[in-house]
Amino acid sequence: MSLVSLDSISLRLGGRQVLDHVSLTLEPGEIVTIVGPNGSGKSTLLKVIIGALHPESGRINRQKGLKIGYVPQKLHIDPTLPLTVRRFLSLPNRVSDEAAHAALDDAGAGHLCNHQMTDLSGGQFQRVLLARALLTEPELLILDEATQGLDQPGSADFYAQVEALRRDKGCAVLMVSHELHVVMAASDRVVCLNGHVCCHGAPEHVASAPEYRALFGTGTHGALALYRHDHNHDHCDLDHDHEAHHGQQVHMHDHSHDRTHGDSQDHPHDHGETA
Amino acid sequence: MNLLDDFLVRAILAGLGVVLAAAPLGCFVVWRRMAYFGDATAHAAILGVALALSFNVSIFAGVLALALIMALTVSNLSGRGFAMDTLLGVTAHSSLAFGLVAVSFVPGVRVDLMAYLFGDILAVSKGDLAVIWTGAALVLALLYWRWSALLTTTLNPDLAIASGLSPKREQMVLSVALALVVAVAIKVVGTLLIAAMLLIPAASARSFARTPERMALIATGIGALSVLGGIEAAFAFDTPTGPTIVCIAALIFALANLARLLRPQTR
Repeated sequence: MSLVSLDSISLRLGGRQVLDHVSLTLEPGEIVTIVGPNGSGKSTLLKVIIGALHPESGRINRQKGLKIGYVPQKLHIDPTLPLTVRRFLSLPNRVSDEAAHAALDDAGAGHLCNHQMTDLSGGQFQRVLLARALLTEPELLILDEATQGLDQPGSADFYAQVEALRRDKGCAVLMVSHELHVVMAASDRVVCLNGHVCCHGAPEHVASAPEYRALFGTGTHGALALYRHDHNHDHCDLDHDHEAHHGQQVHMHDHSHDRTHGDSQDHPHDHGETA
Repeated sequence: MNLLDDFLVRAILAGLGVVLAAAPLGCFVVWRRMAYFGDATAHAAILGVALALSFNVSIFAGVLALALIMALTVSNLSGRGFAMDTLLGVTAHSSLAFGLVAVSFVPGVRVDLMAYLFGDILAVSKGDLAVIWTGAALVLALLYWRWSALLTTTLNPDLAIASGLSPKREQMVLSVALALVVAVAIKVVGTLLIAAMLLIPAASARSFARTPERMALIATGIGALSVLGGIEAAFAFDTPTGPTIVCIAALIFALANLARLLRPQTR
């Protein structure tokens, strides 16, 4: 049985259609990555899955008693709240000292045990968040750009930990990531979201596309081939920072950000369908 | 002679009872930035007093009911169009105004409003003591039971939901606890100064605490010190007792922050 299944979920936030008939299932033990431009509804989708937001239409089924480990995109801790790293790990359920120390050591944050949460740097904070999420031995781990702010070794360590968790405990992982080279290596499935599910499939499938091959030589930029799908229902207010960043040789088209640009108007250019 | 026959002993016990509940709850008020939430609930209590007098029910019941209604209304209205501080300002002051007007309609009874605005800790009866300590015990039990869930929700609602908790329910728990504290504290410090007893000990304790639990404990200690010192000082200088207690708490707050300024490394 699937851990979570979403059937045609739609949600508007502040008058904007953030999720548009999104369907998705998560099976035990699989690693699924969601990619998509800024504002494409990635974090919103994760919040629907944990139950923090309720869809306006569509159905969501979670396995009964599903244990979810969640690492939010950012976590603000009010400076009036004194909280040591050790105490944080025991929220909401108390964990033993051995388990806490082991989790921190695994996350490369063993020396931070008695620090105040508010004193940590961005990367240290993220490591502690990960340690806490892994401590609960979740059946589904949900990571919202979890490695944001981690240095390269930290990020590599983290994905190794996720991989080990999946191997040893059969934990499923759903993540949003901008590190597309990691996405390609570690995921079983990739879902490209842009309000709706644009395309999804195995990363190998994506990687075998000629456009992807052609770009893969340029290192991480190659993974941007994932974005080379049909944009003819483009949402005008999206922030196409990836395109902007990597220039026109990656995307051989000119994105108009004109607000009058309606959904019905097709872009007059061709995109490689990759998945 | 029974110890409780001494009005000073009763006053001290009443003050300690209130502090026992108010200090830990006050920590949540500080962490969640709901200082004005406490104010609004407390001001609604005056309306509760007026209604209780006109319908001839116990003051405690009237205050508890109104404080509860206010706490639940505000927590449900939050995030629906108005900014929280605007909403709280409107409800707090209008309920205080309506309360004061309503009290003037109560026929026959000469109501000593000062007693409800500022409390009269020296006039606490044995019955009041029973109410205060029962209320305090209830609040403490509620906080102890929900502590971990409340703390997780305070930290981040999404994190709490992912752990299977309901932030809405925890907000309700806090609202109920707040209403209870207001209802039992009205006799001791009065509606105008209840928020002070919630906030000041907790805020003072922040300088010395490294964990949430420690902060709640230290806040309770500071609150107890304020009660003892306040009653002592009020006796010595012949000043109103409730406000004197708050003055002592404020002095401790100033000293605590001075100590932190002098040693900026300790957090």
